[in-house]
Formats: sequence, structure tokens, C-alpha cells
Amino acid sequence: MQMNMVASINNALKLCMQENKDVVLLGEDIGRDGGVFRVTDGLLDAFGSDRVVDTPLAESSIIGTSIGMALGGLRPVPEIQFAGFMLLGFAQLLNHAARYRARTRSGMSVPMVVRTPASGGVRTLEHHSDSPEALYSHIGGLVVVEPSNPYDAKGLLIKALHTNDPVIFLEPTKLYRLFKQEVPEDMYEVPIGKANLIQEGNDLSIITYGTMVPVVKNVVQKRNINADILDLRTINPLDEKAVLETARKTGKVLIVHEAELSFGVGAEIAARIAEKAMYDLKAPIIRIGSHSFPYPFPGYENYYVPNELKVSKAIDKLLSS
Amino acid sequence: MDEEGNVDAALMPKDLTDELIVKMYRDMSLARAFDAKALSLQRQGRIVTYAPTLGQEATQIGSCMAMRENDLFVPNFRQHSLYLLKGLPMEKMFISLRGYEDGSKGPKDFKVFPVVVPVGSQVPHAVGLAYAQKYKKSNAVVVSYVGDGGTSEGDFNEGINFAGVWKVPLVMVIENNQWAISIPRKNQTAAVTLAQKAFAAGLKGLQVDGNDVIAVYKAVSDAAKLAATGDPQVIECVTYRLGLHTTSDDPLKYRSAEETEEWKKKDPLVRVRKYLAKKGLWDDSMEQKMADEYRALIDDGVAKAEAFKPDPNSMFENIYSYIPETLKDEEDDAIASNYWQV
Ligand SMILES: Cc1ncc(C[n+]2csc(CCOP(=O)(O)OP(=O)(O)O)c2C)c(N)n1
Ligand SMILES: [Mg+2]
Repeated sequence: MQMNMVASINNALKLCMQENKDVVLLGEDIGRDGGVFRVTDGLLDAFGSDRVVDTPLAESSIIGTSIGMALGGLRPVPEIQFAGFMLLGFAQLLNHAARYRARTRSGMSVPMVVRTPASGGVRTLEHHSDSPEALYSHIGGLVVVEPSNPYDAKGLLIKALHTNDPVIFLEPTKLYRLFKQEVPEDMYEVPIGKANLIQEGNDLSIITYGTMVPVVKNVVQKRNINADILDLRTINPLDEKAVLETARKTGKVLIVHEAELSFGVGAEIAARIAEKAMYDLKAPIIRIGSHSFPYPFPGYENYYVPNELKVSKAIDKLLSS
Repeated sequence: MDEEGNVDAALMPKDLTDELIVKMYRDMSLARAFDAKALSLQRQGRIVTYAPTLGQEATQIGSCMAMRENDLFVPNFRQHSLYLLKGLPMEKMFISLRGYEDGSKGPKDFKVFPVVVPVGSQVPHAVGLAYAQKYKKSNAVVVSYVGDGGTSEGDFNEGINFAGVWKVPLVMVIENNQWAISIPRKNQTAAVTLAQKAFAAGLKGLQVDGNDVIAVYKAVSDAAKLAATGDPQVIECVTYRLGLHTTSDDPLKYRSAEETEEWKKKDPLVRVRKYLAKKGLWDDSMEQKMADEYRALIDDGVAKAEAFKPDPNSMFENIYSYIPETLKDEEDDAIASNYWQV
């Protein structure tokens, strides 16, 4: 069936709730309102208010109670209305969700999936466009996933709900309704920790994920570039094997993400390539990210987020070196 | 003041002259005219997402007028009226609403702090700001605003707790408009009132009709006097969001049109108008003249805001007190490569 990402995530939640009674959704405005992006639309009527819980307005407690629910044998799926507001639950995530398993030598774990809309490009108010994947990946203990299309979104979410770890599931708002795709109506999984080589080529490797996937694809298609495009899909744990493989194959690497450039996911990838595949490189690695400061007000976002032109010029630079 | 514009003379604040009540009405009307314009511009794609104030004018104008010249305001994201009343140029209002930080830079010594989007996070700022007033013996009182939903956040509860321990000059206004997007007041907390949250922090809490501008004025001015002596106060203004949560919202998904109709009967402007009319202080021609005046003022602000050209370099130059070399490199590269031909 043709689905956009909102529909495919809704569908994944529905299937998992049918499959497992212990799956419980909670968050601000997810019930009657169906979520501010309508991702949970219809689920309250289908599963009732014990399983689709409209909470008071307090993110730290949404995450904290979810941790408790998970410890109590449920599979909570907290929704944080926007990734910017997940910082209020940051302490709970890093102090507890990321550490429970280690703390108890796997005697206890926190199987939960924290869903949140992330990244920008849709002219939102301050704090509604943040790309915080590096923050959650830095410490370890949290799985961080970010789909770039409806098919992956559904399969990754189902996989996340079948996994016994805390998963941060970042949903790019810009891609929610950008396009539809054929998505099976049945249950299927997309593996966590496996990147997806969405196009093969020999001249260079472009490593990307989330909102930048369509941007990169556009440039590559328009210019008919002979490039590998690797969509990470999972940020942490990183699919290092796939990263090194493509880097060794083409010897020229461009990394593109929307999150801020400095101290980011691109830095991690570049460092790993430098450590393990340096002598296979034919040119210095190029990283593209948003500028190294917080996401501006929407009037400035087009001056901030990487665009096709920037990707195109970086490709030229690599091809000519 | 009841819905018919009758006031209880015994309760009427002594300092509230006819002239001031006319000003209240005019200010509430300005807030409403601004709101209507912003909504229509948003629908035409000329401003970004907007959070309307319709129905909440008495709470905002009453509390603002109750404060003295040098008092400070720490709002959330819905108190557009404060900026209008305290003198932010109209064009700046619309520059902000068009999505540019440049609108948030107020005139020198501007008394209203910028919009805060993360719900409740402004409350500790207000408490710290009040501490600074006390420390510097400025005599200014800080008034801060939070919604009914915001009272569930840790920052609100932690903030007023600090205020109690520090005995700072703070008036915390809870703008209870009955809804936090789709969550009704009764599902936000099991507490019977929001004002009572003050008690747990050792502060005084008072509930007032937030659609009665005179009651709000009185409650907040009394509270400000106490706050100035190091006795911080919480005032819950009971009002109603007649409009959308924001322009991205569809209230009919979660509340009935009947409920909204009921609250329309308590419109905060109507009752002041009735009061003034009865006293012979207001009539249709004055209303018309005011509407024309506001239209001109607002249209002029919109025109200037639409002529505003953003400067992308300003993004880089206002992050630190200086430009670090790495950031300068990013800026130079962006200019040299002409990435901004967007
Ligand atoms: C920390 C945080 N969480 C969520 C949001 C999204 N959000 C914006 S306003 C709002 C509801 C606020 O309700 P209330 O405090 O009653 O204020 P009102 O909007 O009614 O003025 C929500 C959930 C936010 N801005 N900040
Ligand atoms: Mg509210």
C-alpha cells in the first residue's frame, strides 16, 4: 500500500500493539488529538486510554515513568512532542535508560522506544527543528535510529519494539509527508545497526541519513554522479563495516547530515575512516553539516541547513581531487 | 466586574480612575486587533506559526497595567500584548513573527524578556532575575507567566520553590486558559486549583477571574506590593483560550464548539465596553476611531516588517561575544561558495 511516513509509523504502532498487549503509548496530546503530527491518530479509539495515555506536560516524567514501566514489564513507547523538548528528559535517558543494563549486569533492562519528531526545514518555531542524534549517541547505551523513508520507518520501528534496549527513534518532520512509497501492510523488520547502500557507484562515497538523504539523492540524480550513497539508518551503534567498505572502495568520502557540523556524527565517521582506512583514501574526507550553532529562527533556516548547492560543490571538490 | 459590566464598588481599586479603565479597554482592543491581523497573515503565509491570545486579554493587560514602570516581565510564548504595551515597535513584533531573531532585540532597557518556547523553562529565569533585583536593590518586581500546562513541568515547581526559599520579589501569573493544546485542565493535575501549587512551595496563592480585567489588576497589584517586600506570590487567572492553540492546531478534534460558545459569553472586552458605555465614557464613534487608528498602526508595522531584509552574517556574529576562528571559517566559506543564493 502507498504510505507516507506518518501512515507507516502509525501502522507499525498498530501492528505492535495488536501483537503485544504490553506495548503502551504515552505522551502529550497523543490520544484524542492523535499527536500534533497525527502519527498516533486513531490509536486511542482502537486500544483505549490505558494503552494510549495522554500525559500531563512534563517530559522528564514522560521518560522517567516510561523507564519505570519498562522495568515493570511493559514496553512503553513515549512520544516527546519535539526533539528539542526531549532535553528535559535527557537526564533520565542518560542517567538511567542508558545504564540500567550495565548497572545490573543485565539483570534488568529498559526496553522502550522514545519517538520524537526531529530536524527542520519546515519553518517551525524555536526548538522545533533540532537534530540531537549526536547528543544521544555520545555516551553509549542508547540505540539511536533515524529513518529516511516510510518503508524503513515502519520496519525500524517494529524492530525497535522487538529489541530489549532503549531506542531513540528520530522521525524527520520534513519527511513525514514529503512522499509516499509502497509499504507492505504486514509486519516486517528492518535491521538495527545496518546501513543501507541505496545507490552504488565508483567515483565517491556519500554517507548520510535522515533529512539529507533526499537532498543527496537529488543532486546525484540530477548530475548523474557515479556515487555510493550509504543511508546509515542507525546512528548508534554505527555500521562501521559498511562505512569502511564504501570508503575503501571509492577512496573519496563525503559525509552529509543536517545536525550541526562540529563534534557531530560526521566527526565520528571521519575519525573511524581515518583510523582504519586512511591509506585507502585518495582525498581528504569532507563533512557537511549545519553551521556550528543552534538552529536559528525559521527565517534564517535556509541559510543554516545544508542545501543541494553545498552538496554539489563538495562533490565537485572530491571528484577533481 | 461581571459579564454585564457591573462592578462591586467596595472592591474597586482606589487608584483605578476612569481614564485608566479606558486605557485598559484600548489596550485590550489593541491586543485583539493585533491578534486578528497576525492570524490572517499566517493564513496567507506571511508569518510563521502563531499562538493566538483571543479571550485572554484581561489576564495579560490587567496584570501588565498593575505593574510599575521599572518592573520586569518574563513571559512564555503567548503574551504578545506585553510587548505591545511596554513599547516594542510594531514592526519588531512582525519581524519576530516572520521568523527573524532581529525582532527579539528590544529598545534599550526594555522590560519584557524574549519569547520562551520550552514550556515552564522561563520560571527559574524569573526567580533568578528577581534575586538579582533584590541583590542590586533595584526595587523592581518580576512578573512571570506560565500556562496551566506549564504548571506540570519541573521547572515551574522548582522555580517557585526557590522563590519561597530566597524570598524574592516575584509575582507568578498562571494563565489558566483551560487547555494545554488538547489536554483539558482536569487531566493536567489532580489538584483542585493551580493556585494551591503555591502552598507547597510556601508561597501565597490566589485564584482570580482572569476575564475580569479589574479583578486581575487588583490581584496583581496587591501581589506586587507584597512581592516587593520579599513575599513572592502566585496568582491563577482563570480564563479561556477562545482560539487555536497555534495556527497548526484544530481544536474541534478535542473540544466542543458549545464549550467555546459558553466562554464567549464571558468575553473580557465586552464587559469593559458595557461598563464604559454605561458611564458615558465610550461610544461607537470612539470605537470606530480607535479601530482606524489601530489598523493604521498595525499595517504600518507589517509593511516595515515585510521590507526587512535578513542578514545571514548576523547568525555567525551573535553566537559568542567574539567570533572564534573556526566559526569565522564557516562564515567565510559560506560567503565565498555562495551557498546562500537560496
Ligand atoms: C517543554 C515543552 N514541551 C512541549 C512543548 C509543546 N507545547 C507548546 S505549548 C504546549 C501547551 C502549553 O499549555 P499551557 O502551558 O497551558 O499554555 P497555553 O498554550 O495554553 O498558553 C505544548 C505542549 C513545548 N513548547 N515545550
Ligand atoms: Mg493552557
